[in-house]
Amino acid sequence: MSDRSRIPLVPTGTPPSQPARLVDDFTPSLVDVGAHHLCPGCGEPIAIRSLVEAIDELALAQRTIAVFGIGCYTAFSNNLDVEVLQALHGRAPSVATGVKRCLPDSVVVTVQGDGDMVSEGLQEVLHAAARGESITCVMLNNGVFGETGGHMTATTVLGQRTKTSLDGRDPATHGRPILLADLVARLDGAGFVARCAVNSAGELARTHRALRRALETQLAGAELSFVEILTMCPTGWFVETTEAPRYLAENLGSVHRAGVLKDVLAETDAAVP
Amino acid sequence: MLTRGTLVIDVEACKGCELCIDACPPRVLTMGTDVNARGYRFPVLAPGCTGCKACSQICPDFVFQVYKYETPLELSTRREDPS
Amino acid sequence: MSAIATPATTSVPRHLLQGSEAIADAMVVAGCRFFAGYPMTPFTEVLEEMAKKLPAVGGVCMNAESELEAIGMAWGAAATGTPAATGSTGQGLSLMQESLSEITLARLPLVVLNMARAQGDYWQATRGGGHGDYRHLVLAPVDVTEAVELVQRAFHLAEVWRNPVLVLGDYYLAHTARAVDITPVDYGPRPPRDWALSGATGGSGAAKLVSFLGSAKQGDGVGYDLAVHYAACADHTEAMLRGVPPEAEEGYVEDADVVVVAFGTPGAYVRAAVRSLRADGVRVGWVRPVTLVPFPSAVVAAAARRANVIAVFENNAGQMLDDVRLAVLGEAPVEFIGGLSLDASGFGIAPMLDVSEVRRRILDVVERRQ
Repeated sequence: MSDRSRIPLVPTGTPPSQPARLVDDFTPSLVDVGAHHLCPGCGEPIAIRSLVEAIDELALAQRTIAVFGIGCYTAFSNNLDVEVLQALHGRAPSVATGVKRCLPDSVVVTVQGDGDMVSEGLQEVLHAAARGESITCVMLNNGVFGETGGHMTATTVLGQRTKTSLDGRDPATHGRPILLADLVARLDGAGFVARCAVNSAGELARTHRALRRALETQLAGAELSFVEILTMCPTGWFVETTEAPRYLAENLGSVHRAGVLKDVLAETDAAVP
Repeated sequence: MLTRGTLVIDVEACKGCELCIDACPPRVLTMGTDVNARGYRFPVLAPGCTGCKACSQICPDFVFQVYKYETPLELSTRREDPS
Repeated sequence: MSAIATPATTSVPRHLLQGSEAIADAMVVAGCRFFAGYPMTPFTEVLEEMAKKLPAVGGVCMNAESELEAIGMAWGAAATGTPAATGSTGQGLSLMQESLSEITLARLPLVVLNMARAQGDYWQATRGGGHGDYRHLVLAPVDVTEAVELVQRAFHLAEVWRNPVLVLGDYYLAHTARAVDITPVDYGPRPPRDWALSGATGGSGAAKLVSFLGSAKQGDGVGYDLAVHYAACADHTEAMLRGVPPEAEEGYVEDADVVVVAFGTPGAYVRAAVRSLRADGVRVGWVRPVTLVPFPSAVVAAAARRANVIAVFENNAGQMLDDVRLAVLGEAPVEFIGGLSLDASGFGIAPMLDVSEVRRRILDVVERRQ
């Protein structure tokens, strides 16, 4: 197209007058209210949409109990059309364990940030993985404590500037990031471990596949499923909103590397002749 | 331009993050010059939408409804010259 | 020897049981089907017993990796409506406090055992060691027999009031063997638990929420409002404290010059010392709070109006002493005749728990006040 400003715009104020079917609504059916106060460009609502749509696609809404940690994403804990149990910062995996042990046919999913899961709650998720609880732990990893205003967590990468690593995370002073998906994948009780992101359509599609696979792992009773999702936090990263997707790719994505680290269901599939 | 789909855009919900712009495979979304009540620019749609839902999936603020036409439309990409 | 837990409709014959085992039997008979704990003296044997007994009745017992996991697991279990319990000794309960506070604000039933070392956890138990305005009901058994009843009552109260209930025991309770019946107490049908999670209301437009931040959902046009939620919790706490009858055991208070107040195991020693002194013609009496929250202030106040002196005997530096002073409100002088009395390990084997020693301390008050 030679001159975009001269291209007539398609009206988008009302549904089309020509016969058409709705293929995606504003708000996913399992989110009650779409409006929220999270920052422009925040990756967390994107991840939550992908999660609840995976639950919906697998027809699990009437079996699911989501256990929420504490962070910006807690804005959704009273805003979903699935049952929710609110836990404390870092403590969702043990709470999820109690639920799953009492209701083994339910689908139990934790939703936690990196500050919650890797700083405060590192032992909780590792023990749940070691025990092989058939729950699904979802980590929204933006490398900062977002809700408190942008402070260093256990996943903050070297050189990343936060309010508690003002000149950039320095190994001598602040140590080095924990790559949690890699740690979890080394535990025998982990059945599915993946790391993905929401900073582009392609990454989001991989995230959605990982979430579906994680839920399938739980349905098969194949022990702990874990999905780490890198999300944008322009506010916590002190970058322009439109710079955040690239910042994620260059800074977080190069350290917390995407991929499927473990998939026991795939191993069993491969074993079937 | 063959247009298989279209959108309803809730412009007041948009926070101007522009994730949809790069996500759109046929690149039919651009940021407009108008701003909404909160002061954010919002996307506008050109012909050629395929109804792929990349925008609605990646939008953090649930701004998009995506429709797929039963029969694809042929939409002009040339603005009519009033003279 | 061990007793086998049976369904609630029949009782078992007397068996000689360690307190830990009797408490575990009582929990199973009360309907407990989830227990999580971490080994710590003198709580450990309760965890061992629950590990043996719960699987046999289709329940789950988890040896958690820390007290934090234990309280978390019990929280999750409680949220499903399953009668759940956890426990530890004071130090382990210290770790659990943030969760105990929020579990209360989430309005969940839970039974918590403190098999304490001595009696220095009175404040932790009755004031709550966690943040914020919340209260737990607290029951203090004097011996294994009373513990069997109070543990069952704890499960009942927890469900009626949707609030944690703490049973405050100690080393003696855990490790004393006694011939007991694990007689089931019938509290009638369980209260409805329509708040409990099962997953089933997902997709209905009104999916359930169990949250210490409140129960209002954004779809109702409201959302979390902690000011509203905390005010409602405070109202509920007040209703609970008014609605649960305080309980105390008392003896010889009608004509006593000195009335001794004691709770838990020391209460048994005070009781024995008072009886012994009465046999010698000394006019003394005792009051033993059974419910520490709500505190039986009226009973203590009535004793203070009749007596010349109220003495407080507890194995700490003076904690229930405050509640006694508040109840007495100057009607009579209050003297502290307790104190820290421990074994070298600090587990709470108390040299002062000796009837002749308790007699001596009471007589000292009698003689000084003549």
